Amino acid sequence: MDTAAALLLFAAITIYAIFGGADFGAGFWDLTAGGAQRGERPREVIDHSIGPVWEANHVWLIFIFVVLWTCFSEAYASITLTMFVPLTLAALGIVLRGASFAFGKAVFRQRARRSFGAIFAVSSVLVPYCFGAIAGGIASGQVPAGGRAGDPLQSWVNPTSVVMGLLAVSVTAYVAAVLLTWDAGRLSDEAMVGYFRVRAVAAGAVAGAVALVGLFVVRSEASYVFGGLTSRALPLVIISAVAGIGALFLLRGQPHRGGRLAAIAAAGALVLAWGVAQWNYLLPETLTVSAAAAPSGTITAVLVAAGLAVLLIVPAFILLYVLDQRGLLPEEGVDD
Amino acid sequence: MTLFEDVLIPVMEVDPVPWARAQMAFTLAFHIILVPLGVSWSVMALIANYRGIRRADADAIRLAQRWSKYMAVTFAVGAVTGTVLSFEFGLLWPQFMGHWGEAFGVPFAFEGLFFFLEAVFISIYIFGWRRLKPWTHFWTGVPIAVAGIFGSVSVVAANAWMNSPDGVTLDPAGNVVAVDPLGVIFNEAMPLMAAHMVIAAYLVGGFLVAMVYATAMLRGRRDRYHRLGFLIAFTVAAIAVPVQMGVGDGLARWVYSNQPVKFAAIEMVPTTSSDVPETLLGHLNSEGQVVGGVPIPGLASWLSDPSTGRATVVQGLDTVPADERPTNRQVNVVHLAWDIMVGVGTALFLLTLWYWASWIFRRDMPRSKWFLRCAVASGPLAVLAMEAGWTVSEVGRQPWIVYNKMRVEDAATTNTGVWITFIAVTILYIGLGVTTILVLRGMSRRYREARRFEETDSPYGPRKPVEET
Repeated sequence: MDTAAALLLFAAITIYAIFGGADFGAGFWDLTAGGAQRGERPREVIDHSIGPVWEANHVWLIFIFVVLWTCFSEAYASITLTMFVPLTLAALGIVLRGASFAFGKAVFRQRARRSFGAIFAVSSVLVPYCFGAIAGGIASGQVPAGGRAGDPLQSWVNPTSVVMGLLAVSVTAYVAAVLLTWDAGRLSDEAMVGYFRVRAVAAGAVAGAVALVGLFVVRSEASYVFGGLTSRALPLVIISAVAGIGALFLLRGQPHRGGRLAAIAAAGALVLAWGVAQWNYLLPETLTVSAAAAPSGTITAVLVAAGLAVLLIVPAFILLYVLDQRGLLPEEGVDD
Repeated sequence: MTLFEDVLIPVMEVDPVPWARAQMAFTLAFHIILVPLGVSWSVMALIANYRGIRRADADAIRLAQRWSKYMAVTFAVGAVTGTVLSFEFGLLWPQFMGHWGEAFGVPFAFEGLFFFLEAVFISIYIFGWRRLKPWTHFWTGVPIAVAGIFGSVSVVAANAWMNSPDGVTLDPAGNVVAVDPLGVIFNEAMPLMAAHMVIAAYLVGGFLVAMVYATAMLRGRRDRYHRLGFLIAFTVAAIAVPVQMGVGDGLARWVYSNQPVKFAAIEMVPTTSSDVPETLLGHLNSEGQVVGGVPIPGLASWLSDPSTGRATVVQGLDTVPADERPTNRQVNVVHLAWDIMVGVGTALFLLTLWYWASWIFRRDMPRSKWFLRCAVASGPLAVLAMEAGWTVSEVGRQPWIVYNKMRVEDAATTNTGVWITFIAVTILYIGLGVTTILVLRGMSRRYREARRFEETDSPYGPRKPVEET
């Protein structure tokens, strides 16, 4: 039971990292697309790509919080106590990002749109960095259990946190670039396919390099997680690396559908590897899954809710994606 | 580092409890305005949409389409402010969540489910106007309305649990050892509180939307389109008002029986007695005596239980130690908020009476400009009544965060920098609120001015071939 709840938690984190991450990554490419003129076409592809599914992707974050505070309330309390600053920054970033995205769709004046776009792009980088830094702090044992606060600064400004923050930003950028290459292919825009392909390769290379450096940092700073990564989580690490490189090969020539799946697999395996590596701790070496778990009544209720979610939300989500991919949900009010 | 530790940290060390309360209150007060729009606007859009397809009514379709576009903006703002709340539960109240999350969190598992459905279908509905078949498109909107109701019921269930913490078994040390999820969700306070909030959502949403169209009509835009927009929204609100009065009355009696101290704060009753007057306005002085106000003899007793009438005994504030009940200042806040809620609610009831009477006797809405002026005022007044009602519920529970089980000050974070986040959040939210209103007004102006936009944007129009995708 406790294990099932923990699996649910990690599944939600993985899905958020992939889909929410792809959204954040698209924001990263928006940020780096250059001036209004040079960046116009890339931004159009980005807008086209993330329009209708934006809200739904970010509901995963709420789902993660709900599972965490309901099933593992002690872990939630410890994390929020210690990680006060990066969580606050992430929350502010999410407000700015979500609001500016919605407003940007609704305003027409170029100047207003551009300033909303800038806010959107900057916060798209800030939020994944903060989440990565929090994960790094948890992995390196900076969060004490039992309702005590850890160091308010060092808990998220430490080597593991910095590396994980950078890894989060580069992986989201990589996944987004692969998906955008595919989307540009669907739009038959050869120039943009090339544009995002180059960026996918660059981001993939950076992510790989950061991950390598990260391994060394983790070895000295988070020995428990390192032990996991090099033993039980090793297959996932290998899958992640192979899929990540494979996705880039599948982008050569006409972008291949498999490229998308491979990029998603790479990001997903990476997050899962972290989860498996620190198993069976929620907070490595201080709080185990079973010690943090809520009474069985609570866990049952959450699993029932999750079961209903699979029954209701998965079909709804598939409907949304299918309609979107078939072009039945066109962007409105933007084609002026 | 020494600069940081020696100079900055002492400066920043401020008692977090009042700031945490202020931040939670402020962000909730903001979010609660967006909730009614999320819950009821979709229903109004669906009414217009239904009528538009059934009767081939172009005005109604145009209304439904524009409302869905506005809704997209308010829903997005509601989604992000709601996300902030899920951060704040932990950032501001970690001890509360750590201790009670196992019970308090259960309704949220279901709320997450409904919110998810709402988000998916709102995306489909908003973006589906042009290329989905009319009835298909209409039905993709229905889940938004249903999920809105169940989602808000779930959230209120969690809030109600703080008033009536049922469904948990505690060990002698006060730790939760077993949870009965159904007991938590369907706690005793939940049915009436949830009904009160859902109906409030229709009431406030209806008056807010009607306000916009009443303003337009007063400015001379008395065409069919604006009239229809007003009628749909105002009718929704006018149905909700009388129902709300009945539910509110029931809820007050529930509080009388189950949270007598909160009830004593509402009615401002220092000592237990029968024949308690209903005091309008007035306040408690520092000695805890009622000063000023207009007492209506015996009414509070009579309303608490009409079967025993003025002989009904109302428990006083002094029946519990001073540190287990709201302070005198909090009692004054609760009582004033109560007066505002009931007073404004009554005024809105009279306004809807005018509306219904006009329909019954003249088969039309009131023609008077004064009616429209009152309808314009009804929007902000309805928001005021809702905020006041929520103040009654939350401040009236003090000093408890979980009624009779955990105090607010024991629940708060130990982070001393909350005053900084409070200031940052306040500035951010004010910017957010102003921008939301500006963006909505800008959209409305653009719809009015640009005919070009109309033509390229006609819903259910001739379908363009799927070219680019």
